[in-house]
Amino acid sequence: MIYDVIIIGAGVTGAAVARELSRYDAEVCVLEKGEDVCSGTSKANSAIVHAGYDCQPGSLMAKMNVRGNEMMGDLARDLDIPFERNGSFVVCTIESEFGGIEDLYQRGLKNGVPGMKILNREEALAMEPNLSDNTVGALYATTAGIICPFRLNIAMAEHANVNGVDFRFNTAAEKLTRDEDGIWHIRTNNGEYKTRAIVNAAGVYSDVFHNMVADRKIHITPRRGDYMLLDKTVGGHVKRTIFPQPTKYGKGILIAPTIHGNLFIGPTAIDLDDKEATATTQEGLTQLIERGETCVKNVPYRSVITSFAGLRAHEDGHEFVLGEVTEAPGFFDCAAIESPGLTSSPAIGEYTAGIISDKYGFKKKENWIPTIKNVLNPANLSIEERNELIKKEPAYGRIICRCESISEGEILDAIRRPLGARSLDGIKRRTRAGMGRCQAGFCSPRVMEILHEELGLPYEEITKRGGTSNIVLERTKGTNGGEA
Amino acid sequence: MISYDIVIIGGGPAGLAAAVSAREAGVDKILILERDKELGGILNQCIHNGFGLHTFKEELTGPEYAWRFIEKVLEAKIEYRLDTMVMDISEDRVVTAMSKNDGMYQIKAGAVILAMGCRERPRGALNIPGYRPAGIFSAGTAQRLVNIEGYMPGREVVILGSGDIGLIMARRMTLEGAKVKVVAELLPYSGGLKRNIVQCLDDFGIPLKLSHTVVDIEGREHVSAVTIAAVDENRKPIPGTEERYTCDTLLLSCGLIPENELSKKAGVEMSRITSGPVVNESLETNVPGIFACGNVLHVHDLVDYVSEEAQRAGANAAKFVLAGGTEAPKGHVVELKAESGARYTVPSTIDIDRMDDLLTVRFRVGDVYKDSYVSVYFDDERVMHNKKRILAPGEMEQIILQKKKLAEIKDLKTITIKIEAE
Repeated sequence: MIYDVIIIGAGVTGAAVARELSRYDAEVCVLEKGEDVCSGTSKANSAIVHAGYDCQPGSLMAKMNVRGNEMMGDLARDLDIPFERNGSFVVCTIESEFGGIEDLYQRGLKNGVPGMKILNREEALAMEPNLSDNTVGALYATTAGIICPFRLNIAMAEHANVNGVDFRFNTAAEKLTRDEDGIWHIRTNNGEYKTRAIVNAAGVYSDVFHNMVADRKIHITPRRGDYMLLDKTVGGHVKRTIFPQPTKYGKGILIAPTIHGNLFIGPTAIDLDDKEATATTQEGLTQLIERGETCVKNVPYRSVITSFAGLRAHEDGHEFVLGEVTEAPGFFDCAAIESPGLTSSPAIGEYTAGIISDKYGFKKKENWIPTIKNVLNPANLSIEERNELIKKEPAYGRIICRCESISEGEILDAIRRPLGARSLDGIKRRTRAGMGRCQAGFCSPRVMEILHEELGLPYEEITKRGGTSNIVLERTKGTNGGEA
Repeated sequence: MISYDIVIIGGGPAGLAAAVSAREAGVDKILILERDKELGGILNQCIHNGFGLHTFKEELTGPEYAWRFIEKVLEAKIEYRLDTMVMDISEDRVVTAMSKNDGMYQIKAGAVILAMGCRERPRGALNIPGYRPAGIFSAGTAQRLVNIEGYMPGREVVILGSGDIGLIMARRMTLEGAKVKVVAELLPYSGGLKRNIVQCLDDFGIPLKLSHTVVDIEGREHVSAVTIAAVDENRKPIPGTEERYTCDTLLLSCGLIPENELSKKAGVEMSRITSGPVVNESLETNVPGIFACGNVLHVHDLVDYVSEEAQRAGANAAKFVLAGGTEAPKGHVVELKAESGARYTVPSTIDIDRMDDLLTVRFRVGDVYKDSYVSVYFDDERVMHNKKRILAPGEMEQIILQKKKLAEIKDLKTITIKIEAE
């Protein structure tokens, strides 16, 4: 078959484009090299919905950021995504640099950012008592928020899927060619796909695909960001997202509560060549500890529960690369998406689906399903409601992840829902099982048992996140086959 | 709301022993709540022997040791509920529990005994740099996979941390045909029992590298190599000392943390040193009627001591309940302090009027001490001075206090345990 549109990449950008395209009567497919959606940059970022004051006025980044921020409230409601506008501070700690705060404020006004205020030292400290003793003042942006980055990505993909978009996992695009009829042929490790239009949402690899077809080349540097996640007991150390004043390497190391109540510190900005080098380093983790306290004091580093790193797709021009490539008709870029990429994703989806549907004259579907529900969170129910639920579905009465209080019912939902989880990480990102302070030590054997029973997967084939990430290798001696 | 005289949170060794002794003390309505599908707790996956030398004067495996107590629970017809997670404990001892069969429900408890045990410190809390591939397990998780589920995580193993579970797993993995290449320990001494180092490492020729840590983990999808390095006195890696080991499994045995989320919800005061509740001579917390024992109170190295401690908690909880849920009036309370080398004591306070004739006080030291003295001071007066050939953080120590002796001193305020060179 010939698809109308194939999207390369099921990260947050690809999922956003897929969701917007699912409004139309068109055959759309997403190719993802990972085993699940949200497998690359989208799973390891700051989880911040930026207000939009720090982008260059007039840039695509500025437009998409402000529009994405504006869209996020409705999107979170419609797709049941944990999201809160907790506000952000950019904190000035050096008197002579306070002008920079005013500059940011002016830039924000130019970008159309609503709800900004400049706070003096007393006002800032009254709102955030753990700010540095050196605090001079702060830019307060009320529209900034925190979101569950996994759910944002997964929800947009699920929503696209229930509205008819196909997803192909473990399918890596390798070569793009355009035949004389203008049809694109995508060679993958899983056979060839044909399509009228391609959307390049390949994250740190988006330069590779762009450069296969475009005359004007782009160059992406994977810019690593290390992060530390702290225990929920210290999640209230700050209420808002606290940034230092920005530098040429980006917005600096922020400290924020997460939407799930942890405390979060990061990212570093370390330029690399390797597009897969998501290993944290001693250097990176040390930087977080040394520089994390620029704006916030008494950071409770003792309470770290995990650290990780993600790669930003930093293009030399530090600007999103969007739109159709003139010399490659039907090839649409969503390339070089770095911060504020998560915030911008709904807007990039809207913009890209808009130009594609205009070009091909797609018609709106009449039966488009407008909303979906997240995995049910029984913690939000009263005891009576919870008992009703357990009576109907006893699995909701069995806790599997004790740290986050996640039940078997939620894990089964994560497996059974559209684009359901197939790995431990897939379940973790959909339910939070394994994301708490014991970091899956307790629940992983139990989650493996559920995956085994629900999907009929042999234990040896259960993975952490697809590929060769198998959890166990083989049977112990004397347990050849059969149950242990 | 249903009600019980005593509700015990956890059906592991501590919970079982507490239940049996509470029944022996005459309490009728006792309920054990256990989150797993069997009683016995972590002992069920500890299939090696060496349990029970103190309690039963014989060497039992973990499941055998547990069974001795489960049998007593069954004989005494003590009620228990399996596959049941306790979700909340309130200050006035209302326990909220949940299971598939019973849904979510509340129990009014005359007394509560906390016996939830402990958990392992995960990789994330250690700030080890590198990738985050499959193949990294806390030692106890690997123990469950091997001994309960019957699966081997891998064939070539590096272990970080020399806690007892790590040492036991070094031997277990070796017996299953895996090659354990090295055990690295950040500290200049092991946190495990001497006998485990001998029987699990030395006997199998597995090297233990003290003052070493993991500085890199390779493998994007699955562990493929681990690099360890020596550390200086500030526990910082020393450049140039790196050694790389190819392996498919990294086990972590870097400390146990008492699991006190529920205790905190009940308003129980916690010790910063043990991460367990602060308790008095009755093993009662600051919340009247809530008692604690076993690894939730402080991490033990021998289950025999857990059982002994839990029996006391059970008996004391029974006393509380049988007295109508009110405490005996406060008597002469003295504070226990751990100083110069001693890290903590359990209990933290003693009410001389309410204590038993003999009281065991347990403590740990913070470093390795050779040919030193364990000294006990009653206020400023040294009353005990016992020479010890070796004192190590991995081995719990104890002293026994006599009520008679304490009662002789009129204005005794503080009992201090110190480690002294002479």
